[in-house]
Formats: sequence, structure tokens, C-alpha cells
Amino acid sequence: MSNYFLSHLKELEAEAIYVIREVIAQFERPAILFSGGKDSIVVTHLARKAFFPAKIPMPLIHIDTGHNFPETIAFRNNLVEELGVQLIVGSVQESINEGRAVEESGRNASRNALQTVTLLEAIESNKIDAALGGARRDEEKARAKERFFSHRDDYGQWDPKNQRPELWNLFNGKKSHGEHFRVFPISNWTEMDIWQYILTENIAIPSLYFAHNREVIYRDNTWLPVSEFITVREEETVIKKQIRFRTLGDITITGGIESDADTLDKIVMEVAASRHTERGNRADDKRSETSMEDRKKQGYF
Amino acid sequence: MELLRFTTAGSVDDGKSTLIGRLLYDSKSIFEEQIEAVKNSSKKKGLEHVDLSLLTDGLKDEREQGITIDVAYRYFATPKRKFIIADTPGHIQYTRNMVTGASTANLALILIDARKGVVEQTSRHSFIASLLQIPHVIVCVNKMDLVDYSEEQFDKVVEQYKEFAAKLNVKDIRFVPISALHGDNVVNRSENMPWYQGETLLHTLETIHIGNDNNLIDCRFPVQTVIRPHNNEYHDYRGYAGRVAGGVFKIGDKVLVLPSGFSSTIKQIDTYDGPLQEAYPPMSVTIVLDDDIDISRGDMIVRENNQPQVSQEIDVMLCWLNVRGPVPNGKYILRHTTNEVRTMIKEVLYKVDINTLHRIEDDKVIRMNEISRVRLRTTKPLLADSYTRNRQTGSLILVDESTNETVAAGMIID
Repeated sequence: MSNYFLSHLKELEAEAIYVIREVIAQFERPAILFSGGKDSIVVTHLARKAFFPAKIPMPLIHIDTGHNFPETIAFRNNLVEELGVQLIVGSVQESINEGRAVEESGRNASRNALQTVTLLEAIESNKIDAALGGARRDEEKARAKERFFSHRDDYGQWDPKNQRPELWNLFNGKKSHGEHFRVFPISNWTEMDIWQYILTENIAIPSLYFAHNREVIYRDNTWLPVSEFITVREEETVIKKQIRFRTLGDITITGGIESDADTLDKIVMEVAASRHTERGNRADDKRSETSMEDRKKQGYF
Repeated sequence: MELLRFTTAGSVDDGKSTLIGRLLYDSKSIFEEQIEAVKNSSKKKGLEHVDLSLLTDGLKDEREQGITIDVAYRYFATPKRKFIIADTPGHIQYTRNMVTGASTANLALILIDARKGVVEQTSRHSFIASLLQIPHVIVCVNKMDLVDYSEEQFDKVVEQYKEFAAKLNVKDIRFVPISALHGDNVVNRSENMPWYQGETLLHTLETIHIGNDNNLIDCRFPVQTVIRPHNNEYHDYRGYAGRVAGGVFKIGDKVLVLPSGFSSTIKQIDTYDGPLQEAYPPMSVTIVLDDDIDISRGDMIVRENNQPQVSQEIDVMLCWLNVRGPVPNGKYILRHTTNEVRTMIKEVLYKVDINTLHRIEDDKVIRMNEISRVRLRTTKPLLADSYTRNRQTGSLILVDESTNETVAAGMIID
């Protein structure tokens, strides 16, 4: 009988599929928050597995800051077509144009925090009652206490001190009108698990994750890609470097690392040997020690 | 590589956070900027050594108060295993967090201060581990550096614990003398305790046999949702999606669907990666039956000769999780496997003093963090097993209909 066990990746996969199926069973209008990053790609892949041979029975929502890597958008469009699912795009630019969000100013201006406004609008206008996300508990200390089923009040806010206890695999998705849930099927995965899984399953990911040559500047201890959305300062010089991105976000805040990992195998090796966290290159997390926690309370991803 | 989920419980001063910090640090699971941050904080606090307990600090309020108030999950891996730690506070007012952390664990780490031996808190943690049926317990006799690494003191604590644990239902208990502060026997073997011939803590975590922790005997498949593709290729396809909660299901098996009682045969076991010959816990699969019968969420596929009890009146050990105690004659939503019914607490039989394990029969008012034996009456029958037989089909939660909060966790008794 002792041969009946699953590898850690298969067990994590089974857990995530179970959670995704609970969402379709407990909610009326769920959706997948799709950023084009590896974690949301893995969640989408798991959703495909959860409902096979049927299509994924929910739309993907992309919150578009307008400051995108073109590669991410192309990847997103291809995937949506392949899956045959609906894509909902929430535009930060529109939120700004219509005065519901105010663009930051100053040297370190970014649209990262504005995504919360657009995300909550998209959830409300599409009457989404459960938004599946790719957040992992190993990413950041505020996320270490996140539930699989995370309740949001009718302002979309998270109350970390008043979370529902979550026991065994019994998930409570009960809510009042206007409230919604964020659901995190890959809560228990680490960065290493994600990469090993992408490798084992041979999941397509944007080319940005692989080492490539790109024009960058060195800012805040990271290699920031040069794009039309950032202003190169006088003291900075643009150089061409071989880099890759460990996480993907808004092009203005996502720094790359020097790397020659141009295959999945090499990426897994590099992650295994790395002594730095993957969010270390994200300017949004560096604003203060509790910046993730503060953003999450307001309704961020 | 296998996955091991373990829980820890402890208070601020018994070295739990330091132990976890030590495991993460010595197994090289900590990133440079995390170590830098901890070194800086230690310096700011005027400490001479690096305070590894700061590695496991959680939310802002907790950092300010210096206590852990919720379950925090941590991850690390060695070449042999991947570990998920449910790190919970140990004080009595956080019993609900300990119960939550214990509910998904295969193993419990219990810390005892070598100077103090078994104290109230040790009993509490051990009782919860036993109540939640965690299959393995490792007792870490910590702060051995403060008792001159004395074998005699270690033996004394072990004897004391064994005597106490005789009252509990834990199958596998092991003891390791450690110093979390200095790292003795945590990851690296201690040079200060040559008398200890056993394994280090990490080695035990890496090698303890967890293959038999799932129930492979009683076939239980709670249906989560029905998959109907409605396309040409799979026109008449009707699959029952769920996660195997017990036993091994094979193609060709005669099965019974509860509560309807219809029988059929397993035609296919489907996954995205291709069909399977058999499915076992904790796999998520889709089962297709030979006959077209009406099955929906909350139903359970079982074997004819091995069925759960079908009952509207069940006894459970209940841990109350909410500030608001139960309302007399109050109705609650009861969630059990993928099923949902309404229930009321018909009778409180007794409460348990979780420090002494004594029954309290003269006070039957249930408050937060208390554990009691109650009799529930449900509106529809439950398909239930005893918790000791199956942790998935033997567990339930109660949800308050007015606040939607999860207010209690229950373990079904035969």
C-alpha cells in the first residue's frame, strides 16, 4: 500500500484543483485575475485541468496599467484565444481619464497603487463574486497569513485581524450582497515549486522570463527596462545588458536581473541557487516595510 | 519529493520562533535581504546576537506587539522534502488558531523548556495534537544549553511527558534534545550532547514515514461539481469532479452513490493528463460512471460493502472559534465534505479543560476557544465517518447564518 503517495508538486496541484472547483461550486460569477505573470499563468493552467474536458467556465480579468511589456499583451491574447475564454480588461488609463484615479507625480511615480481602483471597478461592474489570484504565501510576510478563501467587504477591503478561520479543506464562501472573495489556489506554492511545475508541465510563459538583451538603466539596485514610460535621469546611462525578469508587473517598476538563463532548466537552477527574494526587484514593495500589507488592506491583489 | 505539513505551537518565551528561524536559517532557506533585515532589527533592539525569531514575524500589529496572533504559513525545502509549517501562537486564548494549524498537519512539533519540564501549555498543545489526530509528534526539549546539556535532565523531561501522554491518543512520539538558540541538534548534530544517539530534528522531519497517513481503506469520493462540456467531442459527457477523501478507486469498481443509494460501475477516471486506472487520496480527478444517474454536489461515491454512517444526529468534539458563543437553539449552516445542511446544537454533553483534560459537567456555556462534546441535530442526513477513521469525512465546520462567519470546528465521534 505504501506506493500510494503523490510527489509534492502533484499534491500541490491536487490541492489547487480542489480549491478552483470549490470556487465554481460556491460562487455565481467567478473570474481569474490574469496579469500575464507566471503565477497567474499557472493558475490558469490549473483551471484548465480542473474542468477538463470542459473549457474554463469563467473569464480572465486583466488590469491594464497602460504601462505594459508588449510581450505580455501578445502572450495574453494568444492564451485567451487558445483557451476560448472571455477576456475582461480593466484599464487604469480609463480610471484616470474619468477622474476616479489620480496619477502619481514625482520621480518615483508609478501606476501600481492605482491598479486597486481599476481592479475594484472591474469586479463591481462585472458583478464578480470571486476573483482567483496567483498570490503565494511565500512571497511576502503580509501574504503569509492570507487564507485560500479571503473575504473582502463591500469596499473591497481586507481585514487581516478579522479573517475567517480555515480548517481542513472546508472553505466558507458565504458572503453578503456586495462583498466578494479573493481566492488563492496556489497559496502553498513557493517560487521554486512554480518553476519546477512550469518545467515539468512544459507551460508556455512570456519570453521576458528568459535571458535576453535589452536596454536598461541601473536604478534602485535593479536593472530597469528603458521604455516610453520612464524618464531617464541625467545621472543615469542607458546600456544594453543580458537580463531576465523574475516577476512581471508594470514595465515601470519591474526590474530585471543579470542572467544567462535562457531555458527553463537553467531558470530552475538559477532560482535554486539564488540568495535573493524574487520581489527584491520590485519597486512597489520597497516603499516601506509594510507596503504590501497596506496595499492589500485596501483591496490590492 | 514528498510534502510534509507540520504545525508548531508555543509562546513567546519557549523559543518557538527561534526554532523556526533556526530551521530556515540552517537549511539555507533564507534570502540575503531577509537576513540583512533581521540583523538590522537585532542591532536596533540592542541585541548582541542575531535574533532569528524575527525571521518569522508577521503582520504590522504583531511586529509592534511582539506576538503572533494568527496562523502564519512558512515554507522551506531540503533536497529530501518540502515542508509547510503552520506556525501558531500557543497561549490559551489562541486555541482556535492552534486547532486551525493542526487541522491540516501530518506532524506536530511540541516545545518544552528543559528547565521547566511539562507545563500547562505542553498539555494543551499535546491535547490539541491528539484531538486533531496529528499522526506524528516530535517533542523538542529546548534550551538544553541552560541545563548544561544534561542527559539526566532530558531523561527526566521525557519520562514526565510519557507519563502524561499515556492519557492521549498519539501513535508516534519522538524526543529530541535541542538548543534552538545555538543550533544544537536542529539541523546540525550537537557536539555538546555526545550522549544523544538519536537523529537531529531536521533529519527526523526529512525521514519520518508519512506514506500511511491517508486512509487507503474506506473509499470516499465527495462530489464537488459535475462536469458537462456541452461540445460535439464530449456531447454526452457527464463527469463527477472531486478529491478522493479515502480508499482506492479503480476502473470497473462497483460503487454506490449516497444518499440516493443507486449503484453503478466506474467507467473512467479522467484527468487533463490522461485517464487513470486508479485514484487515491489526495488526488483531484473526475469520475465517469456506466449509468446515467442523477448525482450532484454533496453526494458521495462509496463502495457497497463499506459505507459511512448516514445520520441526522451526531456527536462531535467542537472547538468554538468565535467571540460570540452559540445562541441557545440557534441554527447554523453545517459544512461537511462538499455537503451543506442546517443544524442546531441539541445538547452540550460536557466541556474539556484543555490544560488538565478533565471533563467539566457543571458549566455548559460554550465560549470562544473552548472544546466541548456536543450532540448536533441536522435537517438532512450527513454521510459521516468518525474523525479518528478519516480526517476529511470526519470533520465539519459551523457557519453563522447572520454573519457568515465560521464559528466552530467539529470532529465527529463514533
